[in-house]
Amino acid sequence: MTAATDTASPLLGVPDLSLVVLVGVTGSGKSTFARRNFLPTQVLSSDFCRGLVADDENDQGATRDAFDVLHHIAGKRLAAGRLTVVDATNVQPEARGRLVKLAREHDVLPVAIVLDMPEKVCAERNAQRPDRAGMGRHVLPRQRRELRRSMGKLQREGFRRVHVLRSPEEAGAAGIAIEKRYNDLRHLSGPFDIVGDVHGCRAELESLLRRLGYELLRDGQGRPVDARHPEGRTAVFVGDLVDRGPDSPGVLRLVMGMTGAGNALCVPGNHENKFGRFLKGRNVKLTHGLAETAAQLEGESEEFRARAAAFVDSLVSHYVLDGGALVVCHAGLIEKYHGRTSGRVRAFAMYGDTTGETDEYGLPVRYPWAEEYRGRAAVVYGHTPVPSASWVNNTICLDTGCVFGGRLTALRWPERELESVEAERVWYEPVRPVAATGTSGHRERPLDLNDVAGRRIVETAHHGRISVHEENSAAALEVMSRFAVDPHLLLYLPPTMAPCATSSEEGFLEHPAEAFAAYRAEGVSRLVCEEKHMGSRAVVLVCRDAETARRRFGAANGTSGAVHTRTGRPFFDEPALTEEFLARLREAVAGSGLWDELATDWLLFDAELLPWSLKASGLLRRQYAAVGAAAGAVFPPAVAALRAAVERGVGGEDVAALLERQRERAECTWAFTDAYRRYCWPVDGLDGVRLAPFQILAAEGRSLAAVPHGGQLAWLDRLVDADRGAAAAAGREELLRATARVTVEAGDPESEAAAVKWWLETTASGGEGMVVKPLDAFVRGGNGLVQPGVKCRGQEYLRIVYGPEYTRPEHLSRLRSRSLGHKRSLALREYALGLEALDRLAAAEPLWRVHEAVFAVLALESEPVDPRL
Amino acid sequence: MTISTTGDARSPATDLGFLLHKHPERAQRFATSYGDAHVFYPEASPARCTAALLLDVDPVSLVRRGRGKGRGGAPDTALAQYVNDRPYAASSLLAVALRTVFATAMKGRCDAKPELPLRDLPLRVEVPALPARGGPALVRRLLEPLGWSVEADALPLDGQFPEWGDSHYVRLVLTGELRLSDALRHLYVLLPVLDDAKHYWVAPDEVDKLLQAGEGWLPGHPEQTLITRRYLTRRRTLTRDAMERLELARLAEADDSEAEELDNAVDEDADTEEKPVPLAVRRREAILRVLNGQGARRVLDLGCGQGQLVGALLKESRFTEVVGVDVSVRALNEAARRLRLERMPERQAARVKLTQGSLAYSDVRLKGYDAAVLCEVVEHVDPSRLPALEHAVFGTAAPASVVVTTPNVEYNVRWESLPAGRSRHPDHRFEWDREQFRAWADSVAGRYGYGVEYVPVGDDDPEVGPPTQMAVFRTGPAAEPATRRTEDEQGDRR
Repeated sequence: MTAATDTASPLLGVPDLSLVVLVGVTGSGKSTFARRNFLPTQVLSSDFCRGLVADDENDQGATRDAFDVLHHIAGKRLAAGRLTVVDATNVQPEARGRLVKLAREHDVLPVAIVLDMPEKVCAERNAQRPDRAGMGRHVLPRQRRELRRSMGKLQREGFRRVHVLRSPEEAGAAGIAIEKRYNDLRHLSGPFDIVGDVHGCRAELESLLRRLGYELLRDGQGRPVDARHPEGRTAVFVGDLVDRGPDSPGVLRLVMGMTGAGNALCVPGNHENKFGRFLKGRNVKLTHGLAETAAQLEGESEEFRARAAAFVDSLVSHYVLDGGALVVCHAGLIEKYHGRTSGRVRAFAMYGDTTGETDEYGLPVRYPWAEEYRGRAAVVYGHTPVPSASWVNNTICLDTGCVFGGRLTALRWPERELESVEAERVWYEPVRPVAATGTSGHRERPLDLNDVAGRRIVETAHHGRISVHEENSAAALEVMSRFAVDPHLLLYLPPTMAPCATSSEEGFLEHPAEAFAAYRAEGVSRLVCEEKHMGSRAVVLVCRDAETARRRFGAANGTSGAVHTRTGRPFFDEPALTEEFLARLREAVAGSGLWDELATDWLLFDAELLPWSLKASGLLRRQYAAVGAAAGAVFPPAVAALRAAVERGVGGEDVAALLERQRERAECTWAFTDAYRRYCWPVDGLDGVRLAPFQILAAEGRSLAAVPHGGQLAWLDRLVDADRGAAAAAGREELLRATARVTVEAGDPESEAAAVKWWLETTASGGEGMVVKPLDAFVRGGNGLVQPGVKCRGQEYLRIVYGPEYTRPEHLSRLRSRSLGHKRSLALREYALGLEALDRLAAAEPLWRVHEAVFAVLALESEPVDPRL
Repeated sequence: MTISTTGDARSPATDLGFLLHKHPERAQRFATSYGDAHVFYPEASPARCTAALLLDVDPVSLVRRGRGKGRGGAPDTALAQYVNDRPYAASSLLAVALRTVFATAMKGRCDAKPELPLRDLPLRVEVPALPARGGPALVRRLLEPLGWSVEADALPLDGQFPEWGDSHYVRLVLTGELRLSDALRHLYVLLPVLDDAKHYWVAPDEVDKLLQAGEGWLPGHPEQTLITRRYLTRRRTLTRDAMERLELARLAEADDSEAEELDNAVDEDADTEEKPVPLAVRRREAILRVLNGQGARRVLDLGCGQGQLVGALLKESRFTEVVGVDVSVRALNEAARRLRLERMPERQAARVKLTQGSLAYSDVRLKGYDAAVLCEVVEHVDPSRLPALEHAVFGTAAPASVVVTTPNVEYNVRWESLPAGRSRHPDHRFEWDREQFRAWADSVAGRYGYGVEYVPVGDDDPEVGPPTQMAVFRTGPAAEPATRRTEDEQGDRR
């Protein structure tokens, strides 16, 4: 207890995340004190809450509800990691007990600040407040009695700090000193070398440190007492330095030296904890390797023992490092415990999550907390021996069982590279076989509903926070669950693309001039126009072989990739056909040399799969062909009847004009039929199927989404050539189709005119249109992300979208009033989510992280937007 | 469409003009809500007179009208909006135009020649593109009983792609000796009935209109039920579509597929199971027996569909908590409606919860229950995604017991209505024989520490086994056979 009586302006220490409980009778000046020392939003007052629920701050009948509200808000603040001050009398132990419990529930420290003012002062203050005129005379003395009784008990009640202010002067002079938590080392960014469980294996530790580039310093007896890295790296030990192995004192001597010199950090393991109690002379069983340590300690001085005891005592349960991106602890830590301070946080950090059961070897059964981990910070820990260290949901266990004859492993941070040395021998026989535990590889564990369901906000690197509404994620959940390919193979969904602004050119709804103008306005002048193939959008994942797919993506049953639609559904019903398709693509990749050039065993393509009729045959038949059939049947007799009427010289309405109009309408409908027919042809197996890839999205360890289109198209051309060669050799049809393109210098009239001419020619001969893209692919402008592409669809093609007769002037003029804002915004949001998925994939982030972004694209696709855009 | 008649000097064909109240020598234009209707006579002589009705539907205003009602994006009015057969086919819109243009003729009134409407005329009606769900056969069934001789030919979808087959349009020629007003009223009712489209707004006074237009011929028509049902049910379908499927419809559209392809979770009629003792009832009875035998109180129905099993469980008070989970929001809404959740007494309602969930994801909300039922669920999951389901059910939710039912494909040969090699439901991703089912269940049980036993559901055929196979998984050491436990439980109840 600090009694700040003597100093003139005492500072009361308060950890930056704590629940500060003001204690004092009515009129003792709590609210004034709180107002002066804390932000208004940090202070929760019971009077205010009474007002909230009962419109009267002094309504004692509302006390119960008022405190419910107060506790609820306090809980929300603490869960969010915000310092919170409770302004209530808190003179009764029950009232404080509830607050201590609340603090513990959120793993923050409860702090008490007592305003123990003379009764006279309090009585005078109450008398000055008209709203307290009705307060009974007995209230103040009763509260004073309760406070008196409480004074000595506060620390036992669980308050980790108690500050007492005994006079108005003291209270007026006192200030608050916000203290950082011990575990908060976010300001340190290393770089770090995090070392797994050493267990007395001093020789291996020396080798590992040397391999990591540390220089060892030795004492007169040649014992290592420090190690420093010439580049100023910091070693971080995950604990369990001692027990079982051959030289626990030697390891301690080295690590204590390193931490003392600022070359290392160390968190406590369960073995340090027990060792500490042993050093204090407590009655502990010399099991699990402690006996060996105790024996080795025989040769050490009393001074060394004392130093070791102090060292173990000083260890902080876990550290939050590198701006919050890294958490190091011994046995793992769930996200809500990061940076928190409580007994259970310390216990979790040292022992992990145990189920309370024991296994057949008598060891505690551990709950696989890492499988459910969803935090942004990487958690690096040890404790559980695993055959090899590997990332699971952004966590990694570095205990590779050195003392059991495995390896001693370190992780370089932020490089995320692993380094390890072999154990020199088996130093200690494991009770439980090492191989029987641990999780590794990409078959982590299936995704959790919490990763995707409900209203969500997805953080993206390029477009901030993107929200997904509940009804959209509900629809996506249904489609994803029932129809999509295995999420392990669903790494990307393509974003929707906005059309260019509506053209006012006669006869046109869309025209390249608008696209060029839009990019000029964004300051982008180097553009590429790529032919828009008319089929169905497809994403293709192709692996070098099924084994790669299994190892990298957890694919099963000999699957070597996936070919899926823009909503994640497989293109081919038969897995065998998918494999045949992938085999041909693989052959082309091999022939083009891209495996080696991109140093990868798999590639992810964004492409168009043709013909349109392959996937859309139902729609074609029921919608497009049907309209064509009806129109084809109705116009000839209508025109004939009108002609007869004209020939008869019928009066009244102008029949000749009506005849002309119907003739024109008939021509429109024939053009419509021609338009859809171009995108239909029969397919048998893979015969007739074509793939037009237009971007390689990703390879191992890299997102290729920002590679300029020039480079992309050069890769793809080589792929198409390789396919052509392979097809000719095998005497089969080609699978791949090249994408025609022209580059444009926006702003240069000649260049723009040439591109328009090209567009008019391709669309007149049946092409769907083109996509205008910045040549640099990924561009940020003054207003953030720039659209990655804008489509200009051909005049004839648009009949399929806007109806056979849309080109008639009376229709076109009305169709021009279309609004593109939402479509553009949607296109950018989906684009950013797609980039995010690829970035996460490149960083080998856990499946749920990739899936979160992919799922969000699907959900956004169910937002209402004009489907013709 | 055209209406022709023939005549002679005594009763000239041009009397048609009097009947229709439209002068044969003048072309006329009428504004309707969907565009202009034109009436003109390509021929008009005493021997032969033909009136033509041409409806020039304005597709753009059609779309805008739909949007005005807040239905923009509804499946039938979405991508289909501008690419729409309404401007070309003789649909319900033509029926509306008939009524607008020939209202008096339909009533059989002719002030100039009052005797004319009562006369049977030799009529010929031609409709070049009549949308007819049910095809030429239905057209004949509807029109022949009314005295028409019917010529109905299906139009091919696209001559260039003969493999696409016929469209649902019919070129229709009707001939017969009928009163003109009857002919018009037949067409007025039967055009929309044959069209059977969902995207036409049916006004609330539609019943009255049907009674009026059907007077004298609809009662006693052999297809009266079908006509009435189709005529009047369009409105309900429309509103429900608009309410429930927008998000899914958009996802389907993004994929160039039809809403029905994705939004097919609520559909029981596709089951070809035979009626007398519906197998679904036998399954529910069998499941209840098992759950009672286990003494289960808190039960999950995973893949609850429209809530039939949830309803059955709620009828027994021993089940204190019943949670129905389905991935289809539409199915859940349907279940809530069927169970009348909103009107259920609070205490009763507290026992039941319906929630969207997915067995492709683990879900901590499902932990800690006594039993989970997967009734006809696994066969709707792609084999490659079964491991995720196994983990979600047996690994994460991990109830004390799990009941799984699935079709026994061997039994399919016993169903005469099921073509050989076809599965029982179009959404079935597989159907297992008994050996395959047991291999799967044994493996799951082994991996997740359950014991498993098998119970036949339905008549256990000595050769091909029961129509439904059921596996009962239990944690801990192998439990007693379910049937014995069941009898004990029944004893207790007595």
